[in-house]
Amino acid sequence: MARITAGVGSSHVPLLGVASDFGKDKDDYFGPIFDGFEWTREWEKSEKPDVVILVFNDHASAFDMKIIPTFAIGCGERYKPADEGWGPRQVPEVEGHPDLAWHIAQSLILDEFDMTIINEMDVDHGLTVPLSMMFGKPDAWPTKVIPLAVNVVTYPPPSGNRCWALGEAIARAVASFEEDLNVQVWGTGGMSHQLQGPRAGLINREWDNRFIDGLIGDGDDLRRIPHIEYLRETGSEGIEMVMWLIMRGAMGRNTRALHRHYHVPCSNTAIGHVVLRPDNGEGLDMTGSDAAERVAAE
Amino acid sequence: MSGPQDIHEYLAEFEDIPGTRVFTAKRARQGYNLNQCAMSLMKDENRARFRADEAAYLDEWNITPEQKDALLKRDYNRLLDLGGNVYFLAKVFSTDGQSFAQAVSTMTDMNFEDYTAMMVAGGRSPEGNRSIKDKR
Repeated sequence: MARITAGVGSSHVPLLGVASDFGKDKDDYFGPIFDGFEWTREWEKSEKPDVVILVFNDHASAFDMKIIPTFAIGCGERYKPADEGWGPRQVPEVEGHPDLAWHIAQSLILDEFDMTIINEMDVDHGLTVPLSMMFGKPDAWPTKVIPLAVNVVTYPPPSGNRCWALGEAIARAVASFEEDLNVQVWGTGGMSHQLQGPRAGLINREWDNRFIDGLIGDGDDLRRIPHIEYLRETGSEGIEMVMWLIMRGAMGRNTRALHRHYHVPCSNTAIGHVVLRPDNGEGLDMTGSDAAERVAAE
Repeated sequence: MSGPQDIHEYLAEFEDIPGTRVFTAKRARQGYNLNQCAMSLMKDENRARFRADEAAYLDEWNITPEQKDALLKRDYNRLLDLGGNVYFLAKVFSTDGQSFAQAVSTMTDMNFEDYTAMMVAGGRSPEGNRSIKDKR
């Protein structure tokens, strides 16, 4: 049986891709950002996920204004890094997991989520920057990836509650897949940032950290935050944090935080990430030095 | 939770956020051709043609004279008012060789140096920037 063993919430600032690709990750500006991901990079080496369901938003790369799907799932074999206007990032192609992706798509549709199926697309920094932050610079990404794209650009985006419920439905879909797979769910985008207008540069450190706090434990207050609160408190692009709620919904009732990190600034934004373990009595704790053996033994 | 929501109330609240243009359906419709035009700059050959003669390139698109003027002047706040969206307008910044932060700073009342200093010092405070009517 496939099982969800961890969730990661993370920013996906495009400048981090540039810093990683051009070796600036240790300089004074980027050092504190990349250092915060060091723990997670080490942890991922022992976790060895088979598949990451990577929730992100496309930034006018694969999708333009012609078609605007609220929730779309990538069921393709592989995805190339998108050319976002300055040439594609020189990072490995992303390998999909079509069998699991199609299984999840079918299950979600039966579960009354109207998913858009994508078989071909290029993936932009929303997806490739988190891979760089969690895995560094390998020759090939060490996991398969199921891209799950959410519209958070054209209003209205889905509600936080809907995102949370989608996460719960993803958990049911994964649990009903027969192959034995170690699956993680990542919710990316955020933290507070505003990229436009005279209020650009808005950062709300306190709100961001309260949001991370709310992901931990068994509370579900975050699902009831209305869009207007994200916009007022965290800037117009802070709305991307609804995508973290898909990850949180997939973790089940209770979570434990294994690691968290927050830093201001990165370009126009706050950057943060959190690593969560579902803590629902399933015995999925694979932290510690014997993690790899335990995965192999299961 | 969420029962049915009144769409008019939902949209009206967005007008109360200082210095912010939310990309509503109204703006998406108004800016459709403008955003698709910006999107076309993802292709190298289009960037080259745009750089060679910006006005002639923009004439190929069904955009309004106001949108064309604002694009030529790189007046990003006005472009947002005319239905532009920042992720699409970013194709114009990158064609100009500008970073996101450089371009975004032009929408504020600060120069790039001051804007960068503000970000390094923790960013713009939400205090006084949440609501126009409640002044908070």
